[in-house]
Amino acid sequence: MDFSFTYLLDGLWTACSPINIFWAAVGCLVGTLVGVLPGIGPTSGIAILLPLTAKLGDPTGSIIMLAAIYYGAMYGGSTTAIMVNIPGEASSVCTAIDGFQLAKQGRGGPTLAICAISSWVAGTLGVIGLSFFAPPLASLALKFGPPEYFSLMFMALALIISLAGRALLKGLIAASFGLLISYIGQNPLTGTSRLTFGSLDLMGGIDFISVIIGLFAISEVFSNVEKHTRYMLAHSKVDWKPKWAEVLYCRFAMLRASVVGFFLGLLPGCAPAVTTFIAYDVEKRFSKHPEKFGNGAIDGVAAVEAANNATSSAGFVPLFAFGLPTGPALAVLLGGFMMYGLTPGPMLFQEQPGFVWAIIASMYVGNLLCLLLNLPLISIWARIAVIPFPVLGPLILIFSVIGAYSVRFLMFDVWMALLFGVIGYLMRKFRFPVPPLILAVVLAQMMETSLAQSLMLSDGSLSIFFTRPIAAFFMCLAFLAIARGVWKQAKSDGLEDACACDSDD
Amino acid sequence: MGHFFRHVAAAFLLTALGASSAYSAETFPTRAMTYMVTFNPGGQSDREARRQEPLLKELLGQSVLVDYKVGGGGAMGWKELVGSKPDGYTFAGFNIPHVILQPLLQEVGYKTEQLVPVCIFQRTFLGLAVPLDSPYQTLEDFIAAAKAAPGKLKLCGSGSLSGHHIAVLSLQKQGGLRLTYIPETGSATQMTGFLGGHYDAIMANSDDLCRFKDKARILAVTSAERMTLFPDVPTFKEKGFDMVLSIDRGVAVPPGTPTPVIATLEKAFMDIARRPEIISAQEKEGFSPVAMGHEDSVAYIEEMTKFYGDILKDVRKK
Repeated sequence: MDFSFTYLLDGLWTACSPINIFWAAVGCLVGTLVGVLPGIGPTSGIAILLPLTAKLGDPTGSIIMLAAIYYGAMYGGSTTAIMVNIPGEASSVCTAIDGFQLAKQGRGGPTLAICAISSWVAGTLGVIGLSFFAPPLASLALKFGPPEYFSLMFMALALIISLAGRALLKGLIAASFGLLISYIGQNPLTGTSRLTFGSLDLMGGIDFISVIIGLFAISEVFSNVEKHTRYMLAHSKVDWKPKWAEVLYCRFAMLRASVVGFFLGLLPGCAPAVTTFIAYDVEKRFSKHPEKFGNGAIDGVAAVEAANNATSSAGFVPLFAFGLPTGPALAVLLGGFMMYGLTPGPMLFQEQPGFVWAIIASMYVGNLLCLLLNLPLISIWARIAVIPFPVLGPLILIFSVIGAYSVRFLMFDVWMALLFGVIGYLMRKFRFPVPPLILAVVLAQMMETSLAQSLMLSDGSLSIFFTRPIAAFFMCLAFLAIARGVWKQAKSDGLEDACACDSDD
Repeated sequence: MGHFFRHVAAAFLLTALGASSAYSAETFPTRAMTYMVTFNPGGQSDREARRQEPLLKELLGQSVLVDYKVGGGGAMGWKELVGSKPDGYTFAGFNIPHVILQPLLQEVGYKTEQLVPVCIFQRTFLGLAVPLDSPYQTLEDFIAAAKAAPGKLKLCGSGSLSGHHIAVLSLQKQGGLRLTYIPETGSATQMTGFLGGHYDAIMANSDDLCRFKDKARILAVTSAERMTLFPDVPTFKEKGFDMVLSIDRGVAVPPGTPTPVIATLEKAFMDIARRPEIISAQEKEGFSPVAMGHEDSVAYIEEMTKFYGDILKDVRKK
């Protein structure tokens, strides 16, 4: 799969044929839509359209469209997270943290615009990485075995707990609670049930989407009811234009997060959820105003959006190079390839270069289409700010319930979302940080799996995490983050209440 | 006038009711059916269902909706199936040994015998493979190395006490050797770990090995005779192991489904399974197509239940 400009230009030519632009546009639109709707993510979006495309009989157009749904969803996901604090996908949890604060300050429009721009920058950079460096990068992804994965996850969790500011203990409790939640159900390796108390509903586990919808959206409604809020967003002035100064201010955040998102996105299992958390944390450390993080940092939002788009582009590297999907959405997309009898891998580049390069080239076009599609929509989304809370609150609840239900079509998930609404409300009341809990839920399964596998590989010795260079590197970073957190905590004893919570208002 | 219409309507209704109760078996199906897939969209079970769906519609004259009930390694869907109305309008894809092992290992909300097989249409044999740069050229090399250093060779498969794991257990028992088996969570993660060189060997499905055949050296396969796909690869059987194992896919209905209804579905599925284009498409992807009807499938499941039950008993004794 050597790179050649001829192939890329040929691909661009194919991708720019009217019919293929049409399919890319349909994909971008559907992607934006499934991104906006909570619960229905890119995975179900692609799955729903897969059988329809199979009837088209045109593999190029179909795959162009399905791929566009995948990256298009990354554009749409930020909208509800920012405007009404409903992160519909794992990848937009970090967007909600700062984005919603910005929206409350009346800056929803410019924030959405920054998101779209940042997504485009990162998406395009990601596709450049995919076009030029796919082969060496793909083998990088394979370097990660169980010990490397565990160290990476461990580092992510250590970073996020230290992100809990000075409330280290509360961060730890929240993270432990998150781990506990994800243990409910089946052991990912053995399939043995645990913590299910004989309930077959619990055997399927607690769905992640119910947890985030509950913790963010539903608990937000609860606390607004308590406060007799009239308008959820403090300012009703609708302003959507990005301020160029802000875009410039965020330029390095976008670039840094694109790099972080891209490299982590190469790793199977490191779905956008993980990469966005790490990019957010990295940005907080680089930012000139780290104190703004959690209270409406525009560079935080830009970083998160850049990271999830770079991740989605990066996911195509192992997919094209080896036919290995990095997450569920790409697994469905791989199914789409196989329905046409196409097996991604080096052979596909040799046998069907026209097809592969048309798909890659279409991503340049598609990302641009997503930007053009999303910018005009912003002025509509931003108007959510002027809806009075007595109308908006119930709407949020309805969408939350639909979102929770639509993942697995189980009423059980709806009850769980409501339960987590109550838990989230209590966490706000008692100033427990939410992000460590969310990340723990996201990571738990991979952490557990890779820990168990590593220890089987090493016959139970923990040294395996320190003798392999990549693993040791992440472990060191993790311990540094922990040490730094403990040191900060010791230095500022007693100040806990003043800035305990990153996600609260 | 009004009376007249009412009478006509009533007469029609009665006829319709009478007809449907008397001839339901012959006229089945009269409405759309649901084909439940218990794994994620895009997975092999889904792809098979998608391949069958237009043909089912053609043969049965009704549309077939593919619906997903994912979770618990398929258990959520099978639990739902055995509780569904046994009228033939809901059927689900099922996998062997999953539906045998899950109820044997724990309470999962269904029993193996509650799934009434209609047809088994696809078989995937397993293969033991090593990376291309591995020192082991043959199964004998590998076994000798495993015997020389018990537990030192790391082998990955998908799942614990799954089809892959049981194949490894049976290899260990018959070969008198000890390997370290490391479970992965699925075929994608399993192949990723193997290609990254993190394991000495892999026990994988033949279709996965077929996709990566230029990156792996297959030492032996679990089919009874050599596979047409890998004519140079010996079988475990010819190497003296009693290891004819496979992962099988089929479709099942809830317990209590009327025999004529099963027969109608069976006829359609068997017809599809025997079509040359379906057979060649499956073979190209690394599968071994089969066409086993209702009765053969019941007998096969019974036989396999005994086989897996014995191995599990053996494992638990230790």
